[in-house]
Amino acid sequence: MNRTYELMFIVRPDMAEEDLDKLISTLETAVSTSGGTVKSVERMGKRRLAYTVRRFHDGVYVLLTVEGLGGLIHELERRLRVTEPVIKFLSVRIDEEQKRLAKIKAIRDARKKVAPAPPAPAAEGAEAAPPTA
Amino acid sequence: MADETKASTATAEAPAVSEGHTQRPPSRGPRPGGGPGGPREGGRKYFRRKKVCKFCVEKIESINYKDVRLLAQFVAESGKIVPRRLTGVCTPHQRRLSCAIKQARNIALLPFAGRAM
Repeated sequence: MNRTYELMFIVRPDMAEEDLDKLISTLETAVSTSGGTVKSVERMGKRRLAYTVRRFHDGVYVLLTVEGLGGLIHELERRLRVTEPVIKFLSVRIDEEQKRLAKIKAIRDARKKVAPAPPAPAAEGAEAAPPTA
Repeated sequence: MADETKASTATAEAPAVSEGHTQRPPSRGPRPGGGPGGPREGGRKYFRRKKVCKFCVEKIESINYKDVRLLAQFVAESGKIVPRRLTGVCTPHQRRLSCAIKQARNIALLPFAGRAM
């Protein structure tokens, strides 16, 4: 039922460090009040933007991974839209992608476990069987 | 003279008919195999060294909008997404790749347009 979202937003470069902390903690409280959980917060630092956004050439990137219901991301986006220092944001739903990756990984691990075991005894068996046949 | 020509044509046709209804083969469509990309590409040979999908070969499962270096390989200098007939990417991966590139463009990790094109 819970969906996992990845929310990346860009903050103007001339914002102070503690203001950024305040903003992130505000978002975190918003998440927990709506009944979600914050999986991780990653500050990717200052980066050069590929194009000018609101007359800025650099920006501080922040990546927030949250888990919650659908309405949660609606609320977070609304807050970000209103917050003045945030110049751009992008939210991506990632729980389907994670499921797919986990599935592929599980198949790969299962294959790896199956592969090493048989070759030792099965190789002898396989080599014995075909020559006779 | 007219009779001779008629006779010659008759003899010419006769063996053809006797061979068992072999008609003149139709043009068999465009040239055999068609030639990938059309045979009018300046006399290039058929298959120019089969390109493989980079993602299938290296078993990269997740194409994320965040790894700009990977995405930038498939973006031209003008900022356009390179078609898959040039990069050799397979269709499902190309679809995911273009989605990731568009997401990266939206979050200013990749430009919409590079040099003035």
